[in-house]
Amino acid sequence: MPPLMELEEAMASILPSQEFQRELHGLLHDYAGRETPLTFCPALSEELGFELWLKREDLLHTGAHKINNTLGQALLARHMGKTALIAETGAGQHGVATAAAAARLGMKCTVFMGAEDMERQSANVRRMRLMGADVVAVESGSRTLKDAINAALRAWISLQGSTHYCFGTAAGPYPFPDLVREFQSVIGREARAQMLEKTGALPDAVVAAVGGGSNAIGMFSPFVPDASVRLFGVEAGGTGEAGCLHSAAVNLGRPGVLHGEYTMLLQDENGQILPSGSISAGLDYPGVGPEHAHLAATGRVEYGIAYDHEALSAFQKLCRMEGILPALESSHALAFVLEHRQRFAPGSRVLVNLSGRGDKDMDIVEKALGLQAV
Amino acid sequence: MHILEENIRAAGAAGRTALIPFVTAGFPSRERFWDILRELDESGADVMEIGVPFSDPVADGPVVEEASQRVLAEGVSLGALLEGLKARRGLFRAGLVLMGYTNPFLQYGWERLAAEAAAAGVHGFIVPDLPWDEAADIRALLAAHALALIPLVGPNTPKERMQLYADVSEGYVYVVSVMGTTGERDHLPAEVPEVLSRVREVFRLPVALGFGLRSPEQLAALPDAVRPDAAVFGSALLRHLDRGGSPADFLRRWRS
Repeated sequence: MPPLMELEEAMASILPSQEFQRELHGLLHDYAGRETPLTFCPALSEELGFELWLKREDLLHTGAHKINNTLGQALLARHMGKTALIAETGAGQHGVATAAAAARLGMKCTVFMGAEDMERQSANVRRMRLMGADVVAVESGSRTLKDAINAALRAWISLQGSTHYCFGTAAGPYPFPDLVREFQSVIGREARAQMLEKTGALPDAVVAAVGGGSNAIGMFSPFVPDASVRLFGVEAGGTGEAGCLHSAAVNLGRPGVLHGEYTMLLQDENGQILPSGSISAGLDYPGVGPEHAHLAATGRVEYGIAYDHEALSAFQKLCRMEGILPALESSHALAFVLEHRQRFAPGSRVLVNLSGRGDKDMDIVEKALGLQAV
Repeated sequence: MHILEENIRAAGAAGRTALIPFVTAGFPSRERFWDILRELDESGADVMEIGVPFSDPVADGPVVEEASQRVLAEGVSLGALLEGLKARRGLFRAGLVLMGYTNPFLQYGWERLAAEAAAAGVHGFIVPDLPWDEAADIRALLAAHALALIPLVGPNTPKERMQLYADVSEGYVYVVSVMGTTGERDHLPAEVPEVLSRVREVFRLPVALGFGLRSPEQLAALPDAVRPDAAVFGSALLRHLDRGGSPADFLRRWRS
């Protein structure tokens, strides 16, 4: 509790200051590559019969929206007098973004990663190490993201004096869900202004993939007050066979407590957390940020499911028709639009958050599609 | 006076440090567990903490985590533990405390849990991932069945916050000796005497020291003025039991 209270106080005193905001803006603009473009997809729009727009977080430094959050938290930690960052990572995108932020701001960095994820995403392990981070293999439990979070929380208890825990998604104990939303909502703010500028109107629907939910909450939150804008979160359904592993905590989970948050969780009847699964490592988490659980309960956001094969098909379609190689996480959001196209009125404007690029997923995609690596 | 406090005070009146062994429910095997509990009780345990297994025990070190995973794989559940305790109600001289994480308790239902735990002869709960700020309703539910919610304080708990705990707590106060998870350390951190003395200033409850205890010598090294009323040991005991060691042998060293 004490380090969380320290963080809450720092958020209140440091975040609003002009100095902090100026530094953060500088980092996002000059280092990470903001603002990111809003891209119209002419070929897909013609096929779908409505306008498809993409918010291009894939073009950011390190390849995904994660850098928005890590630069913000690293800068905040430095203002708090911390000299080191620790982080958990699943697919490795948050780990890479944390390693980059730490290197840029002259901080030490340790990343906890499930041993199984380290095998699946070895390129990201190498990237983290090149940027000076220590990558610690987590061998306990299911050896994936949730166990990496457990390990990072344990380490933080011991290291809290010098170290900030740079949490990667809009989940975990308060105030992390608020802090991550704060740093990620730059996505939605930019996209909202860009839509107004390019089309003269707000989008009719906004769609984002939801694992822990950081890209989605960042995209949604500036649109939540706009009653005319329908919001869709897309969870990973796994292979789709009966009884398969999945990551659809909002759709198929029950309320419970994990990692200091009360939210929707995949769990058995005794309250033990169940393993999750998805072709997209970044969506592979048995819980979801508590604000998503709330937005689902109030009905403001509709939560759907996309399956592995639908995401793969959307991945290929965006590559071929628009020349954009999306991350498998973002492919789930796109897949939902393609599979449920009848839910979007002809001529309407649909905005999809393309949260990351797919280079990291090449091996997984080629294996799944039975393609030869080129 | 709460019965857990009575048990610890009685040890103090007899001139000894109260002993609080921790064993994960169903460890090292479902059958052996019940014998171990009886042997611990007969060998001089004043309070016994029973670990309720959870898939993601973030306050625990590797030994307790592995024990949890093992017993979960063997199908140990909270319901079965309560039934087993109920069948043995009145057999134990020691006080009984269940230590576990929020979610399994929440899914069981706090109200049902309080009623069934009391009926099974349990005296209190320790829930490391239940922050004080969220605990008021649960503490009241437990108190209605004379169950104590044991507060955990650490080296970084500010005095004002300790005072909040002290105003509402019963049983004993559990002082976490290290900034870290459960598990043995060779030496207690240098600040432990200072932490214990701060706890003494705020709490009138007996003080139990845990997390990181491996041997009685660690307690002997503490200044008399801050010596805790009770010692909690988990990981060292679990490793001893897993090697086939007997509870009596383990407690003998601590009793002398």
